[in-house]
Amino acid sequence: MSAKSIREADGKALLSYFLPKSPVFSENEPKTLFQQGSTPKLAQLNFESGSNAAAIEEVLSRAEKEYPWLLTPGAKFVAKPDQLIKRRGKSGLLALNKTWAEAKEWVAQRAGKPQQVEHVVGALTNFLVEPFVPHEQQHEYYINIHSVREGDWILFYHEGGVDVGDVDAKASKFLMPIDIENEYPTNQQIASALFQHVPADQRDVLVDFVNRLYAVYVDLQFTYLEINPLVVIPTKDGAEVHYLDLAGKLDQTAEFECGPKWAIARAPVNLGRQVLVQQTTVDNGPPMEFPAPFGRELTSEEAYIAELDSKTGASLKLTVLNAEGRIWTLVAGGGASVVYADAIASAGYADELANYGEYSGAPNEVQTYEYAKTVLDLMTRGSPVADGKVLFIGGGIANFTQVGSTFKGIIRAFRDYKTALHAHKVRIYVRRGGPNWQEGLRLIKNAGEELDLPMEIYGPDMHVSGIVPLALKGKRPEGVKPFGGDSHSLI
Amino acid sequence: MSYELFNNKTRAFVYGMQPRACQGMLDFDFICKREVPSVAGVIYPFGGQFVTKMYWGTKETLLPVYQEVAKAAAKHPDVDVVVNFASSRSVYSSTMELLEYPQFKTIAIIAEGVPERRAREILHKAQKKGVTIIGPATVGGIKPGCFKIGNTGGMMDNIVSSKLYRPGSVAYVSKSGGMSNELNNIIAQTTDGVYEGVAIGGDRYPGTTFIDHILRYQADPKCKIIVLLGEVGGVEEYRVIDAIKKGIITKPIVAWAIGTCASMFKTEVQFGHAGSMANSDMETAIAKNAAMKAAGIFVPETFEDLPELLNKVYKDLVNQGTITPAAEPDVPKIPIDYSWAQELGLIRKPASFISTISDDRGQELVYAGIPISEVFKEDIGVGGVMSLLWFRRRLPSYATKFLEMVLMLTADHGPAVSGAMNTIITTRAGKDLISSLVAGLLTIGTRFGGALDGAATEFTSAFDKGWSPRQFVDTMRKQNKLIPGIGHKVKSRNNPDFRVELVKDFVHKNFPTTALLDYALAVEEVTTSKKDNLILNVDGAIAVSFVDLMRSCGAFSADEVEDYLKNGVLNGLFVLGRSIGLIAHHLDQKRLRTGLYRHPWDDITYLVGEETVSKSQGRTRVEVDAQSETAARVKAGN
Repeated sequence: MSAKSIREADGKALLSYFLPKSPVFSENEPKTLFQQGSTPKLAQLNFESGSNAAAIEEVLSRAEKEYPWLLTPGAKFVAKPDQLIKRRGKSGLLALNKTWAEAKEWVAQRAGKPQQVEHVVGALTNFLVEPFVPHEQQHEYYINIHSVREGDWILFYHEGGVDVGDVDAKASKFLMPIDIENEYPTNQQIASALFQHVPADQRDVLVDFVNRLYAVYVDLQFTYLEINPLVVIPTKDGAEVHYLDLAGKLDQTAEFECGPKWAIARAPVNLGRQVLVQQTTVDNGPPMEFPAPFGRELTSEEAYIAELDSKTGASLKLTVLNAEGRIWTLVAGGGASVVYADAIASAGYADELANYGEYSGAPNEVQTYEYAKTVLDLMTRGSPVADGKVLFIGGGIANFTQVGSTFKGIIRAFRDYKTALHAHKVRIYVRRGGPNWQEGLRLIKNAGEELDLPMEIYGPDMHVSGIVPLALKGKRPEGVKPFGGDSHSLI
Repeated sequence: MSYELFNNKTRAFVYGMQPRACQGMLDFDFICKREVPSVAGVIYPFGGQFVTKMYWGTKETLLPVYQEVAKAAAKHPDVDVVVNFASSRSVYSSTMELLEYPQFKTIAIIAEGVPERRAREILHKAQKKGVTIIGPATVGGIKPGCFKIGNTGGMMDNIVSSKLYRPGSVAYVSKSGGMSNELNNIIAQTTDGVYEGVAIGGDRYPGTTFIDHILRYQADPKCKIIVLLGEVGGVEEYRVIDAIKKGIITKPIVAWAIGTCASMFKTEVQFGHAGSMANSDMETAIAKNAAMKAAGIFVPETFEDLPELLNKVYKDLVNQGTITPAAEPDVPKIPIDYSWAQELGLIRKPASFISTISDDRGQELVYAGIPISEVFKEDIGVGGVMSLLWFRRRLPSYATKFLEMVLMLTADHGPAVSGAMNTIITTRAGKDLISSLVAGLLTIGTRFGGALDGAATEFTSAFDKGWSPRQFVDTMRKQNKLIPGIGHKVKSRNNPDFRVELVKDFVHKNFPTTALLDYALAVEEVTTSKKDNLILNVDGAIAVSFVDLMRSCGAFSADEVEDYLKNGVLNGLFVLGRSIGLIAHHLDQKRLRTGLYRHPWDDITYLVGEETVSKSQGRTRVEVDAQSETAARVKAGN
């Protein structure tokens, strides 16, 4: 749970719904000078990875029913993948000024197929099609809001677009204070800090827009929001504002406060979308989606652990770094798990490290079992490698997590995977301390003997990650004895 | 002192009902030989509890529980620390409230998952008010000999093994709460021990950061060495570097930033802590370690080398005379909690209760050894569940079907029977479902519904004694006893009870033996020859068939059969079945919205006065009563 990126379409839906609604902190009566279309036109197209032509065609024809505006005669569209890919234009992933027929063809050619973006390869599964907005280059701007400890920085540059360059260096900046209720800046302050280089007749519109955009940023608990280009086209009584491209992050921990808002802005009724299949959701709209980074879509195992994590007070994390890797970890604690990854990397085995993960916050036996089972299952897939594999069951000295009960969960998983662990020649190294650690280590020692698993076990007198150099480099610290004394060394 | 957050007089409130954390704090106080417990009270806005029971050593003590911060603060003006265990959802409002009370100087926020905007609002307000916030997403901190926040330091055995009951010279600040306990261990093993330790929490915006605490440690003359355990993400380590460069911090610092592996991975990894993600090169652990080393901080090659380096720094200070190790006090003893000792397997005690039929403790509810999912997978039905819970065994499917048949047959017998009548009257008196059901059930006994039990007993004993059916009937008549299970108000041999026919058919078709049923049918032949309606009624048929079932299905020994019958299993069947009907009558009356029932006078024969008088001549007391009753009636008549 932390700040997580959202899709462009979702970000646009949030802005469109809340720009007129979120409470503005400006001292002046907010005058709405800018205009935006009443209902956003955002056609989201989802494809399965590896879809065949018929499946793609089905999605596209369903889209025509869901978004009837796609069929408006003479309309021109923009089509692009919506999967947190940066600099799509440069990778040829932006189709501008296309008819629906052309856009459809463009999408169909790419949907479900693998795509290289910089050095990452991923399947294109999610596309956004929206109306094309003709405009002049001089009306493009760049705006970015992001949070730091002291407040929220607003960065503005009077030229936008893909070639905006190093905005950190050249953009105008303004720091919004934390206590916006008492210390919100005046419109003059905002205008003079950000809009020096903007034609005078557009400053009011932009101040108004920034006030509202910032209100949405606060109201919906964004932690990052970048619009580039922001297009402001003057009209006779103000200006039309279009956010052509957008990247945003929301604070996932604020779901309990903002979940209903994130949902309602994306309800079909507020997106002018025809409902083909009725679905029941917790809020009045679909729950916010936090897609994995492009090319890093969650495997089913990772998704399973993420789901377990979201359902309990305990913390369960799993990232598969290299499924073919020989070194696997089952480490307790957010800090200790990083220490283990560090130790493995600094021993020269970064490429062999198969997973990063941790369990903490006093998970119960069943949760630990499910977690351990998932890791053991992953590490015993495929054909065994000659040198065998290494499993680190590590952790610091827990403050309140019960070592006994979490180890019982791990032992249950051992029983399920006994044969597979033998087949893959898995050597196991254990180090743990904390409540009931003696019992936990005793249980795992007995289980190791009973199941005939090669195992070395240490308690708190071993350094937290001392079993890593021990296992990988044969570095045995002086004066540290394995738990239970007589257990034989594995190396 | 402004650099001092805690001393051995520090008093605190614990916000939230956290008995284990409170007890841990009190145990810590006790082994540190504090005179007064550090926890002054608990603030818990829910529930109406006013005290909570804790141990002070081996003695029990009561901690006050306050529903409102205002009351707690007014009652304990000496409290300046709050350990806030409120959840991530409610911690914002409770902390903002606490910040309104100038007496609170330090607030620890334990919750993980506090929204970043809320965390920043809290830290901003706290900064303005000069309050130190520790957390969110932390275990807290510890000052050996003085004060322990919540669960910091783990269990008492660890506090003792890391010597946290007495101060050393090394103060640390770490991001991770779990690793802070590891630091306690490392510092205890390599130096004279921990002077103070704070875990600032793994979130992006901790209320106080490394520099805030390191500045305190710099100012505190008793702290000689500072340990900093940083992490990938954020720029807080650089503020410490700046302070060193400016000469503000001069004490030796041993430091390490964890997460050096991040730079070696091909993809971005979100580590366990929300804040542990590098947003720029500067925020990587490798860059931080290099920068700290360049600033003169003692940075080991790897984290595994940190203990050795710390030990070296410590020894140098001892050699220089900066640190003089104090004499080691006796290792304190702490009584062990019963529940904990039990978990450790150190003690045992006989249990007061035993249960052999179901177990709700495991992953899945278990009925007599069969997990509930199995119960449904095999579709064993209500009869199957009854066989598991009543008899602790699987019975053949004809037997479970028979049990279900009994429930169905006994479910109801119209509104006029005493059970239903009682239920209806109770319902009409406005009582709830359970009262009405129980009112009906309470009529079940030897006369109503009890025929099942009686029939089983009488028929079985006659059969087992080897009496012929005629002998049995004759014996009962001689003793002036009715045969339970024989006789029906309207049904007769020529007008049979369909329920009995159903039972007979089923039993003859399915049961391995039907000896007792056949015996009972022979008895019926004898009785019906005397009077047409003396048939084997449904109660009798069920009772004898049930005995046949238990005796012949192979699942019970002879002793077990006798035991079950003696313990009233047949009554159980009737109670269970009839409950269906009684509930139905209750719902029916409710549906019909019937009013309170009062029985008409003309349906009751009142014989009150005369009989009492005639029976109790010479007894003054009763006579007086009778007279006044008569007088009352005369008046009413007028």
